[in-house]
This record gives sequence, structure tokens and C-alpha cells, in this order.
Amino acid sequence: MNIILLAISAAFVNNVVLCQFMGICPFLGVSKKISTAAGMGGAVIFVMTIASTVAALIYNFILVPLNLTYLNTIVFILVIAALVQFVEMFLKKAVPALYQALGVFLPLITTNCAVLGVTLTNVQKDYNIGESIVNGIFTAVGFAVAIIILAGIREKIEKNDVPESFKGAPIVLISAGLMAIAFMGLSGLIR
Amino acid sequence: MNKVTDRLYNGIVKENPTFVQMLGMCPTLAVTTSAINGAGMGLATTVILTLSNLFISLLRRFIPDKVRIPAFIVIIASFVTLVQFVMQAYIPGLYNSLGIFIPLIVVNCIILGRAESYASKNSVIPSIFDGVGMGLGFTVGLTAIGIVRELLGSGTAFGIRIMPDSVAPISIFVLAPGAFFVLAFLVALINKINIGKAKKQGTEPELCKLADCASCQNTMCQGSREAKEV
Repeated sequence: MNIILLAISAAFVNNVVLCQFMGICPFLGVSKKISTAAGMGGAVIFVMTIASTVAALIYNFILVPLNLTYLNTIVFILVIAALVQFVEMFLKKAVPALYQALGVFLPLITTNCAVLGVTLTNVQKDYNIGESIVNGIFTAVGFAVAIIILAGIREKIEKNDVPESFKGAPIVLISAGLMAIAFMGLSGLIR
Repeated sequence: MNKVTDRLYNGIVKENPTFVQMLGMCPTLAVTTSAINGAGMGLATTVILTLSNLFISLLRRFIPDKVRIPAFIVIIASFVTLVQFVMQAYIPGLYNSLGIFIPLIVVNCIILGRAESYASKNSVIPSIFDGVGMGLGFTVGLTAIGIVRELLGSGTAFGIRIMPDSVAPISIFVLAPGAFFVLAFLVALINKINIGKAKKQGTEPELCKLADCASCQNTMCQGSREAKEV
């Protein structure tokens, strides 16, 4: 039951982009078309699942026994950077179809602060390995949901008559703000 | 001396990371609920940016080109960890309100961007002042957004009551959506100024293209340029 609550909370109530402001750069940068947004969302789900699993394992089995937990920021960012490189190489060789779909987004993700953010949140909130993995997966699902919705809105905005100084970034930010208000409505869901 | 003032001017005004380059948007939106938080985040970033620029500039002849990005990340992450401990020990209040965004300074586009585009190519003194200038530019940006949000959202600035009691605070501005709205209007204002300037000169206006992530012209975000072509 707790796991289900954790999943809903990670994906919707504490949405990573709209409530916690992590991963804003890809959220605004790669949301012009629904197809690219879906690709980015898929790539984030893929990487974040692996990253939160690996980071939780390293934290619990290497850093904690050695009393090196204060090094977590340094270790996690290096693990994520190496992991993304490795995943990219692996996909290119083993699953070319998936690489075609996600490949271009992978270099972007290394420094998507949402990925590092999730691994650090898992540590700060004392989640165990299972909870960390669930939190990782559903935070990424929340990201994918948000970026696909924004892309849908932006495809419609293209056809609208926007005041000249609001064209581009400002109207996208306002759409994102309205989405954030809508997501605030979910906050009563979990205490 | 000339070069020093040039670096400071470049960072604070000409290439201001918040208003001109639109880098480091995550902390910009997340921690600007009050002016103090914005200034604190900006100054913490300034310290890290200055130290990492200094060290990367010192080590620029020793870091092999192929592993420079991981090397830069280790240097930056080490300073972030140090600053995190200092803040936890001496300013626990600010440390708690900035929360996870202190370790997340590691992935701030501005820092790796300056390391890659300036500190790894220039000598030590200009690199230090490049870091100070960029950091202060970021601080000015965050503090400005923080003041606007705090003034509208709770009627205060730096914790001092400014609005009369009869003006009810619009609490949405200190909540998550307010960050998007304030930034949207600031960018629109800058666009408006640019359009006016361009009309006077008879040239094409240079609108802020945050939405294309064209501003992320550094290694961190190079993927976005490829993604755009998909």
C-alpha cells in the first residue's frame, strides 16, 4: 500500500517538473512536438530507472559500509554520467531500434538535474532499495506525463495569435504555470 | 585591470546568465520564493563558480582533452560538497530552505559552461573574475525574481514589510506556478525592449529563444541541438 502511495505521490502530487522544478531545461527545450516529447519522456524513464537502481545499490552496499556517505553528490554524478555513456553504447550495439528512438536524447539526460535530484532525494528521505527504484520510475513517469501534456498544448498554441513580446519562451512558461496550478489540485490526494 | 572590469561587466550585464543566456533555470524557478533565498543561492553558486574556474584554469595544461568533462565535473562536485558542509554548519536556516538545490549546483549549466568555454582556455586571473562576474550576474537575476515574488506573494522584501496591510498578498506567487508566471513576464519585458530597439534600428528583433534551448550553447546541452533536428 505504501508503495502505491509513494508511486502516486512521485508521479503526480509532487510532480518533478511542476512542483519541484527539476529538469526544466528539457521540459521547455524538447517540448515543441508530441513525438519528440514522448521520445524524451521515454529516455528519461529508461535512464532514471537504471540510475536510481544503481545509485541505491552503490549507496547501500559501498558508501554506507565505508562511512563515505558524505561523498554521495560526487559519486552519484559520476555514476550517472558513466551510466548514460554506457547505456548509449549498449543500445547502439544491442537494440538499434530503441537507439534510433531515444539516442539523441541520451546525452541531454546526463545533466538533467531531475536524475541527480531523484538519487539524492532517495538518500535524503532514507528510502530503502525497493522504494528508491519505485520512486525513480514514477518520478520519471511524472516527467513524461508533464512534458507530453506541455507538447500537446504547444502544438495548439502554434495556431494562436500570441502578442509579439510573448512569443516563444514567455507563452510556454505561462502554459507551464497554468499546468502547475492544475497539478496543485492533486495535492489533497495524499497527506 | 581593464580585462578584470571587462570580465565583470560581461558577466553581470552583457551576458547575464539569467536574463540574457537563460541558463540554470531549475534553481532560478525553484529557490526564488523570497529575496534572501535567491541571493543565498546566487552567492553559493558564485563561490563555487569562482573556485572551480580558478582550479580548472590552473589545471588546464594537465587535464587531457578527452577526459576533460568528467575531470571538470569532479572538480565542481568537490567544491559543491565543501560549500554544502560550510552552509550546513554556519547558515543552517538557508541550508534547509535551499534543500536539494545545493547539491544540484553540480549540474547547473552555467558552471560547466564557463569551465568549458572560458576557464579551460584562459589564464588564472581573468578566469577568477569571469567566475565572479557570472556568479554575481546570476545572483542579481535570482534576487530580482525573488524580490518580485516575495513582494507580490507575501508583501515583504528581504523579510521587511513593504506593502500596506490593506493590500492582500497574492499567495500564488510564492507557490510553484508563480515562478513560471514571474519569469514569463520578465522575459516578455526583455523581448519588448529588444523589439523596440530593433524597430529603431530597423533590424530584425532578437526574441529570447529559451523555448528552443538555443541558449544552451555549451557541452551540457549539446543534445538539445541534435534533438531539435529530429
